[in-house]
Amino acid sequence: MITAGVDVGSTATKAVVFDGSVLGEALLPTGWNPWEAGLQALGSALQQAGVAQGDLRAVVGTGYGRVSLPFIDRKATEVACHARGARFLIPPTRLVIDIGGQDSKIIALNAEGSVIDFLMNDKCAAGTGRFLQAVTGVLDLSLDDLGELALGCQPAPVSSMCAVFAESEVIGLLSRGVSKGAIAAGVIESIARRIQSLARRMPPADEITFSGGLAKNRAVCLRLSEALGRPLQVPESPQMVGALGAALIGFYG
Amino acid sequence: MESAVFSEVTILRERNVLKLKEMREIGRPVVGTYCLYSPAELIVAAGAVPVCLCGTSQNPIPAAEQVLPRNLCPLIKSSYGFATTDTCPFFHFADLLVAETTCDGKKKMYELLSEYKPLHLMQLPQVQEGEGARGYWLQELYRLRDRLEETFKVEITQEKLHDAIGLLNTERRALKDLLDLCKTNPSPITGMDLLTVLHNRGFCVDKTEVIDLMERLTAELRQQIAAGESPFRPGTPRILLTGVPVGIGSDKVVRLIEECGGSVVCFESCGAYKTVPLVEEGGDPMEAIAERYLALPCSCMSPNRGRFELVERLAMEFQADGIIDLTWHGCHTYNVESYSLKRYLENRGEIPFLQVETDYSESDTEQLRLRIEAFLEILLLRPTSGRVL
Repeated sequence: MITAGVDVGSTATKAVVFDGSVLGEALLPTGWNPWEAGLQALGSALQQAGVAQGDLRAVVGTGYGRVSLPFIDRKATEVACHARGARFLIPPTRLVIDIGGQDSKIIALNAEGSVIDFLMNDKCAAGTGRFLQAVTGVLDLSLDDLGELALGCQPAPVSSMCAVFAESEVIGLLSRGVSKGAIAAGVIESIARRIQSLARRMPPADEITFSGGLAKNRAVCLRLSEALGRPLQVPESPQMVGALGAALIGFYG
Repeated sequence: MESAVFSEVTILRERNVLKLKEMREIGRPVVGTYCLYSPAELIVAAGAVPVCLCGTSQNPIPAAEQVLPRNLCPLIKSSYGFATTDTCPFFHFADLLVAETTCDGKKKMYELLSEYKPLHLMQLPQVQEGEGARGYWLQELYRLRDRLEETFKVEITQEKLHDAIGLLNTERRALKDLLDLCKTNPSPITGMDLLTVLHNRGFCVDKTEVIDLMERLTAELRQQIAAGESPFRPGTPRILLTGVPVGIGSDKVVRLIEECGGSVVCFESCGAYKTVPLVEEGGDPMEAIAERYLALPCSCMSPNRGRFELVERLAMEFQADGIIDLTWHGCHTYNVESYSLKRYLENRGEIPFLQVETDYSESDTEQLRLRIEAFLEILLLRPTSGRVL
């Protein structure tokens, strides 16, 4: 049996083709048309896998765009998919931290891997990928550069978590002559503190898996791990965890 | 739902606007209320018509924000906006408003609202226990009685109070009978339809009419239950909704729960189960009214253990699979209390709990849908589904 998972996020659309292991995967920007992005991602993942769409037993959709996908057999929430994907890649996982383009979520799992509780940020993009993106714009840095620059710097205090207000706060810091590195470290620090306070509302867990695009950023991982006082497990392709989880739900039910 | 009785319910609000006009023309005074703490018995005993005022729609909020801060709770902004834009017919026809100092936002808003209509503000104690609070509240009831007598040139006699208590208790019994039908699994009525009944009944000018309507609806639903009919499939997750007041227009979360495959079987909130307890008949009417109203488990009270116990009891009686605690943005009392309620329930047993914080706008609909869907997924995966606490 072959299944596929399509995760249409606010920033990136991901697809995974699965037959017991990953046969193909694809990632592309969502753009303005979630339907088109989902179809294209599925198409390239199928191409990589060398599988025809007709051979798929089930296509499961997830992500914000899940409601607008006409080609899926069923949908599942990102909460369920991230839990399944993380558990498949790192079996002991008891807590999943996912920082996506427009939301962040913390998912608690029991020993059997079922979701027992979850928390998400509000409708605003506070402390998410979009928040960091706004800051990289002001600092004229790529996300990777921001991380590298932050390493080893004393964080400047950044109190606003709001993607809009943080931008003006960062401009204020720059005008006072604070270094880019300190600002970068400060922004990452504020994300780590935000996630820390969410995680403290969940049952304590030692086995933490970090997924979503921000997990690729070394400085974010380090600071978050320090804040939580635990090592973080990061899957090889942290952005694909949701799409993989969707494919797993199609495969195993 | 498709039924002649239910269609009567759906047009109740529109029909009663006309009736209200007639009442005014024949000289029956109209008293508008916002909150469950307004003692309807006194208003009825004064020969006036108590009606609920609008405050559950997003529409008048932009107008309200010309005066009120944006980060205030939507219920306060909506109530104020309806009044200042003259878009609530019930406000328009009201001769007097009765309001209470429940929360900080409301009491300061009422100061501004009193520029538009005569408003009687009842000073509500913040604690339910003790002679001090009881005596204080009783004095406030006497002060309201005097105001009603003076405004409407009537005498509120013991006998009139007894009659009013009897009438309103009959309405509460009829309401409870209707609500209790949802203990059936699966429930015979959707949460959205039930909310329509709860919302519209408040606008009904004639209490005997609304009692009769609820009794007929109950009879009809009983027949449906006997015939094994339900809008839900067996196994549909059963949700108890607690928290802030909801109505038609502020029904987003109820609608989402049912769109995502759940069934709202119990509203613990103001318009529903909180209002079911009776006023004791037989004793001193003013004292009985004082006691019953002060016991309402609203988050403006501290402590408010009564709400925790009520939620726990209702979750058991209605076989709820999960509890959703709804908080409006800016409602500090329900927002802070949510943590305490969650902890209380965790200590009592295992029932999944989700707090949802939102306002009347549609801007976060998809984010909420995700949260509610994920919550329902958890409920469906639980082996103990259908058994709680």
